[in-house]
Amino acid sequence: MSEAGELTVTLLRYGFLVLLWILVLSTVSALRRDLAVGQRNKTGTPTAREARKHPELIQEAPPSRVQAHQLVVTEGPLTGTTLELTSSPILLGRAQEATLVLEDDYASGRHARLFPQGSRWFVEDLGSTNGTFLAGSQLTRALPVEPGVPIRIGKTVIELRP
Amino acid sequence: MSDVLTVAKSRRNVEALLLLVAFAVAVGANYIAGLDREEPFNPYFWAQASTFVGMGLLIHIILRVRAKYADPVILPIVLALNGIGLAMIHRLDLPRIDDAAFTPVAQQQLLWTGVAISAAAVLLVFLKDHRILRRFTYISLIVSAVLLLLPLTPLGLEINGARIWISVGIGTFQPGEVAKITLAVFFAGYLSTNRDLILLAGKKIGPLQLPRFQDLAPMVAAWFVSIGVLIFQRDLGSSILFFGLFMAMIYVATSRVSWVLIGLALIGVGGYFALQLFSHVALRFDSWINAFDPEVYNRAPGGSGQVVQGLFGLGSGGLAGTGLGQGRPDLVTYANSDMIIAALGEELGLIGICAIVMLYVLLVSRGFRAALGTKDGFGKLLACGLSFTIALQCFVVIGGITRLIPLTGLTTPFMSAGGSSLLANWLIVALLLLISEAARRPAPSGPMTSPFPDPPGVGGHPTPGHPTEATR
Repeated sequence: MSEAGELTVTLLRYGFLVLLWILVLSTVSALRRDLAVGQRNKTGTPTAREARKHPELIQEAPPSRVQAHQLVVTEGPLTGTTLELTSSPILLGRAQEATLVLEDDYASGRHARLFPQGSRWFVEDLGSTNGTFLAGSQLTRALPVEPGVPIRIGKTVIELRP
Repeated sequence: MSDVLTVAKSRRNVEALLLLVAFAVAVGANYIAGLDREEPFNPYFWAQASTFVGMGLLIHIILRVRAKYADPVILPIVLALNGIGLAMIHRLDLPRIDDAAFTPVAQQQLLWTGVAISAAAVLLVFLKDHRILRRFTYISLIVSAVLLLLPLTPLGLEINGARIWISVGIGTFQPGEVAKITLAVFFAGYLSTNRDLILLAGKKIGPLQLPRFQDLAPMVAAWFVSIGVLIFQRDLGSSILFFGLFMAMIYVATSRVSWVLIGLALIGVGGYFALQLFSHVALRFDSWINAFDPEVYNRAPGGSGQVVQGLFGLGSGGLAGTGLGQGRPDLVTYANSDMIIAALGEELGLIGICAIVMLYVLLVSRGFRAALGTKDGFGKLLACGLSFTIALQCFVVIGGITRLIPLTGLTTPFMSAGGSSLLANWLIVALLLLISEAARRPAPSGPMTSPFPDPPGVGGHPTPGHPTEATR
């Protein structure tokens, strides 16, 4: 083999070792976010830059200062009924064990529940037949309820009041 | 609820970049290995390159679609290891290629690589969630038993004294390799269900919390499997592998040192009797301790010639190695399967072998990372067990070759010639990818934490049946 050829081969062989270590080091550097301890790494509030790039990181608007203290039925057979909100969750439905027993043919036995979390109330559908609607859209998961926003269950509409 | 706010990045683009480097390693190794022995860019070269690039991209695309948040470094690492192994197997074929009676191993291994990666792809597509495997806890115990017993049936083949192969039409298969996955599934399922029972019951003697006798059952089963493999299949390596797997998983599940001590005691007893009763175990030990004794070196069965020649190979490789294709690793028997690390050490040197060991370390650490991150106990145990098998296998093989421990015939994951090992390890990779996806996937948000319902009448609920009473 010519001398130039041999040189190329030698270079290739050392080059391969270099390539192997490039793979190792680039793998490690791809993981440095995982390996780093503390600081910029994960926990805590996102920095302004992160927040700008990923708006979903910012938690939903701070809870409104207006706390709900009352539940009022605004439509349906029970119109006018009010219920004081305590710190315990509220079960809505036709079942006898419900906190607010709805006399509504379109409501399920255990239809939905309202529960406090932090300073807010959330509503969650409990797998009802006809669904629960918060401000007109059907619930698929637990959502926060602001005072004055209507929750429709069958023919009944309830609202939280301050 | 203290939520950790992290941006959920899929990191698939990182994977794509690393894949490019891995392709370069795999294809480059193959090119350099055959540099002055064969025509460059021959059909085999293209077959190898297209298999790696095609299959690598296939898995990458499946991950993009099915498991977006899977760990980005596992696939590149494994592809690179597989490529280096295949290049070395091909390189070891070359000196004997003119021999008419010799069938090249590399072509077959390349075919197996294709099959193994396809199997991993199928697993990724059809197994949406690793937790489904939990349903098959006891089925996988039965499957493992069948797999381990298969070589003892008339289907089995005995090669070099070990009866761990079966013949399946086109070739041989090592069912024990697949059994390590099913055993890991069984142990993960069993321990994640019965963990609390095992932990709480039992007497305390001194600092050790001893388990109840009936809770020892899985440990005893594990011991029987390992000893059975050792006695009937005469395979020390698999026996160590299985027992190590059980010990690791029990320790991870219970974090009790007492279990490890009991396990070590059991294996000590078993090992002592094996040493007394079976010549092959005793010979292994002798050729480890007295390896450089000329008598031992030349002994016909169970001599130390293989290990010592491997050591000479490593020695002649030195720091930077002789260069791929320049050494004589083919002098060592089984250079392309059991001794492939010695062959690589000779031609890539200490620098190269360290890089390879680093790749294994990274792979195993990513497996454990997935175990740490995932939320279900079954997934944690399974990821731990599977990554531990890879780690233990590497330790047993590399330790054996460097004469740290007696040499046992285990395969080097992803590198050794042998289809069943490759297939099993790629399936492990698919499982680890799935578990890491479950670990890194952002959890769907939504506060669903407060318990409900309180019993009626408790916690200020009005008496049921009188809604008007609610207007207090």
